[in-house]
Amino acid sequence: MSTSYLIRGAALLGGERSDLLLADGVIAAAGPDAAAQATADAITLDGEGLVALPGLVDLHTHLREPGREDAETVYSGTRAAALGGFTCVHAMANTDPVADTAGVVEQVWRLGNEAGWAEVRPVGAVTVGLDGEHLAELGAMADSAARVRVFSDDGKCVWDPVLMRRALEYVKAFDGVIAQHAQEPRLTEGALMHEGVVSAELGLTGWPAVAEEAVIARDVLLAEHVGSRIHICHLSTAGSVDIVRWAKARGIDVTAEVTPHHLILTDESVRGYDPQFKVNPPLRTAADVAAVRAGLADGTIDIVATDHAPHAAQDKDCEFAAAAFGMTGLETALSVVAETMVNDDANDFGWADVARVMSTAPARIGRVAGQGGALRVGEPANLTLVDPDARWTVDPARLRTASDNTPFAGRELPTRVVATFWRGAATVLDGEPQPDGAR
Amino acid sequence: MRHLLSAADLTRAEAIEILDTAETMAQTQSREIKKLPPLRGMTVVNLFFEDSTRTRISFEAAAKRLSADVINFSAKGSSVSKGESLKDTAQTLAAMGADAVVIRHPASGAPHRLATAGWIDTPVINAGDGMHQHPTQALLDAFTMRRRRHGAATTGTDLAGARVVIVGDVLHSRVARSNVDLLATLGADVVLVAPPTLLPVGAEVWPCALSYDLDATIAEHTPDAIMMLRVQRERMSSAGGGFFPSPMEYSRRYGLDGARLRALPDHAIVMHPGPMNRGLEISAQAADSARSTVVEQVSNGVAVRMAVLYLLLAGGRSSERNAQ
Repeated sequence: MSTSYLIRGAALLGGERSDLLLADGVIAAAGPDAAAQATADAITLDGEGLVALPGLVDLHTHLREPGREDAETVYSGTRAAALGGFTCVHAMANTDPVADTAGVVEQVWRLGNEAGWAEVRPVGAVTVGLDGEHLAELGAMADSAARVRVFSDDGKCVWDPVLMRRALEYVKAFDGVIAQHAQEPRLTEGALMHEGVVSAELGLTGWPAVAEEAVIARDVLLAEHVGSRIHICHLSTAGSVDIVRWAKARGIDVTAEVTPHHLILTDESVRGYDPQFKVNPPLRTAADVAAVRAGLADGTIDIVATDHAPHAAQDKDCEFAAAAFGMTGLETALSVVAETMVNDDANDFGWADVARVMSTAPARIGRVAGQGGALRVGEPANLTLVDPDARWTVDPARLRTASDNTPFAGRELPTRVVATFWRGAATVLDGEPQPDGAR
Repeated sequence: MRHLLSAADLTRAEAIEILDTAETMAQTQSREIKKLPPLRGMTVVNLFFEDSTRTRISFEAAAKRLSADVINFSAKGSSVSKGESLKDTAQTLAAMGADAVVIRHPASGAPHRLATAGWIDTPVINAGDGMHQHPTQALLDAFTMRRRRHGAATTGTDLAGARVVIVGDVLHSRVARSNVDLLATLGADVVLVAPPTLLPVGAEVWPCALSYDLDATIAEHTPDAIMMLRVQRERMSSAGGGFFPSPMEYSRRYGLDGARLRALPDHAIVMHPGPMNRGLEISAQAADSARSTVVEQVSNGVAVRMAVLYLLLAGGRSSERNAQ
């Protein structure tokens, strides 16, 4: 029989305080019933001052396995996810070999189950080898044990408009979605950072906002034309927010994500040429940061997804031009959202909104059953307890991701994940990962 | 001043100190024995990841005339992905006892990384990084302009009121960026002239004016100095970016031809950082005219680099001694 947990007095979504009894993988009881129904061996946790959220769902991570186990493995990545409050992560397809067949997605899915830290939902590649030329066997991946519903060539844009149209149409047969990495390739050849005042001064080749916006504009119109849904990965510019807002008003079935780093960092961070701030899409201007925050607050942007992109030390400890794009994010995401959205009075954004953008909506977009549910009796016991008042200083060496490339080293952030439960089992207690033996 | 990474880092006082020191150095270079002792026993490493014989030789001459030992390390192409990393190369050379590293690198910011990443603990001098900065070029250009402007009495002077026009491929030019920064610090009035495709997005906030029209700029700005930037012919091919339609069109619109040369004020000087594309950005007539300071810039380059090496290496040494 599995361990049961009685959580006393946590604020559900930051609102009403209640007890919760987690037993047999589900929320077995709530309110006064919880303590009454708890068995003698139930572990009691004091939820005083804590906020209970549904387990977070990340639609966008790079777990690097197979291929770059020196940077991250499914095990280390999902453990980091659990510490960040996640109970489900989507693993992007740009592994080596690429996740473009049923075999590779099933391998990743199985590695996730074996690791036991969180549910791993593989993302399938749209095109064979991410080469942008031939559709991968999307149906086979959808029908596999991994039940893939999100398809993306992330890292590369599905640039060919005919191919994009076909992909958008094809996945309708199994309720899939294409998650587009919007980057016009010709406009971004050799691009290293946002094109603007800072790139002009630093002499780094610019990545213009229009290269993202032009692809989003094209793709929402394509999605409208063929009656498909489309998801926009890591939207980063004010213009992109405007285009998605326009598309939604027009009734187009588009969803969009923003990363934590695009909610908090700007291209000014690149001035020291530190590759920890090299990311794709690049860090934009303060006006873009304000626009994506506003877009997240008003629902134009549906979700926050980390784009967790671990890299081996040597791929960042070099010249800016030589460095890899990307930054880790699983263990800092919730804190950054707390800092930029919840704690910033400019936004009307509470913990219920956090639950929506980091759990409910990403689960819905990814068609993940059993995740992102309400904190209600009978729902799967996927939840996280966070201390909204805690403050902590990011130390790369103490993060559990296998790579050190966080842009937040030395930065103090609010909110700590105290505990995470996946399918009723504690993956994190007292802010520490719970190895298999303890569960 | 521990490193020289960007002309933008120099205060007016620091820039003038370098120029004044360079003036002293230049005066010693007309002597029969040019060698001076201050860096005796020190080792300067020239770390060149990009072909640039003239800049390397200039730094080498400067270091040797100050009695430093010089190690030249050339690694053509970038350190990226093939072979040794910049970090390992720098640490290897530092371990061999380098007292200063002079670095030329195709990646913007590489000198900055060398100075700040914690890899080595050695003064770093930027000898040109990508499209970013080439501070000793800006200093030698300012030195050249200052001499022309103030004659023998240059000590302590700046370039207040000097009217400078810089023409060409600003987008890819570290020379343009360095000059804009340093000339603004020294009080000059600068106009950049380029086809719109060769001006970076974001340049509108730079401390200078921008123009697309060379003839109008010469007529209205009446420059004291006009600096022609090198334009690479491959920039016109579509593979090279397709920045302008043809060399002849570029030359007609932005080249310093005979008519434009005649339109300059009588005292105006013609500058070029070299190597020149005769017939593209500069006509032979302009390059060889009495107004041309191209050769003078080269010899001033040695004096300016002597000054920079002296101030970074011996200057720090003597002030430490004084502090004790």
